[in-house]
Amino acid sequence: MAEFRLPKNSRISKGKHYPAPKDAKRVKTFRIYRWEPEAGQNPRVDSYEIDLDRTGPMVLDAVIKIKNEIDPTLTFRRSCREGVCGSCAFNIDGKNTLACTMRTEDIDGDVRIYPLPHMPVVKDLVTDLTHFYAQLESIEPWIKTDTAKPSRERLQTPEDRAKLDGYYECILCACCSTACPSYWWNPERYLGPAVLLQAYRWIVDSRDEATGERLDELEDPFKLYRCHTIMNCANTCPKGLNPARAIAETKKLMVERRG
Amino acid sequence: MSSIRSSLAGARGLGSAKSGTGHFWAQRVSAIALAPLTLWFVICLASQFGASYDSVTEWLSSPIQASLLAIYLAAIFFHAQLGLQTVLEDYVHAEGIKMASLIGLQLLNILLAVSAVVSVLMILVGAA
Repeated sequence: MAEFRLPKNSRISKGKHYPAPKDAKRVKTFRIYRWEPEAGQNPRVDSYEIDLDRTGPMVLDAVIKIKNEIDPTLTFRRSCREGVCGSCAFNIDGKNTLACTMRTEDIDGDVRIYPLPHMPVVKDLVTDLTHFYAQLESIEPWIKTDTAKPSRERLQTPEDRAKLDGYYECILCACCSTACPSYWWNPERYLGPAVLLQAYRWIVDSRDEATGERLDELEDPFKLYRCHTIMNCANTCPKGLNPARAIAETKKLMVERRG
Repeated sequence: MSSIRSSLAGARGLGSAKSGTGHFWAQRVSAIALAPLTLWFVICLASQFGASYDSVTEWLSSPIQASLLAIYLAAIFFHAQLGLQTVLEDYVHAEGIKMASLIGLQLLNILLAVSAVVSVLMILVGAA
């Protein structure tokens, strides 16, 4: 059955407190989820007081400052720091988003940072995305053709190219899938919004010749039809995309090819 | 995912069931059918509000009214079956309990639908 309370070893306790420097004028408290696999203890939330005049504008700037200057044990993923790589996806202020594109000023009160929900935690803010990536691989997100290779690029009209808009921009940060209750309850079998958006990106690509096979693979009560249009995916996407629309379009094609 | 099985094998699982669209479509179509039927039913109920037993049974003896009511009741239990099945599949993860509750749900909805239609027929032929 669905679990509505965290298991005993996952319940969060109060952690350490790191006060701001005495001369700090604009202080903001960052409450960050901490868990070490080796320590054998429950997760805790450490609070760090940061002087906003001495840090960059984004949440990621503050998190990097904490690691560099206050607590080097804080563990998280980040790379591009400009919303392109999708590494620094956390649950910030109750919503999954990228720390590098979330302005600290836009958050009222303390900044609460947790790992992406309902994923196994490796350490602190780092989650295990192995299954998520395997699900992506399972939909074969690459072009598939039987026609002999052209001598130059595969042509596409501007209208057909426009059909990829809103889908090709996905950076696979997993914010949407980990915000989806259906994905929380059935992650083993439901592909989740991010992977279904990627699948649709290839289904709608005019150059791809495996549309029917792709639909065959998705036609399943769990892989596709666990989507109940809850729309958390569209609400949380840090790139402003709408995975629910990609899923709805896929369902429409499923119906269209039947009759 | 600390398993000696590859993660791709886990993600692919038992593969696609190649079904689900029928269920999805039936749920949408029955929902659309229920919208005007519910409106009709509410209007009819309102028109019979406070009326005598004889008046209601006489209204129901019209073949059109009786048919619409039978279709309405059947559509309700059909739609309920599709929706509740989804809820069970979402939340019940123990395979045995899931299968048993899905079968139980189906039998219950068949019983309710058949007895509702039989009740309408009994009124129609004046047996009730």
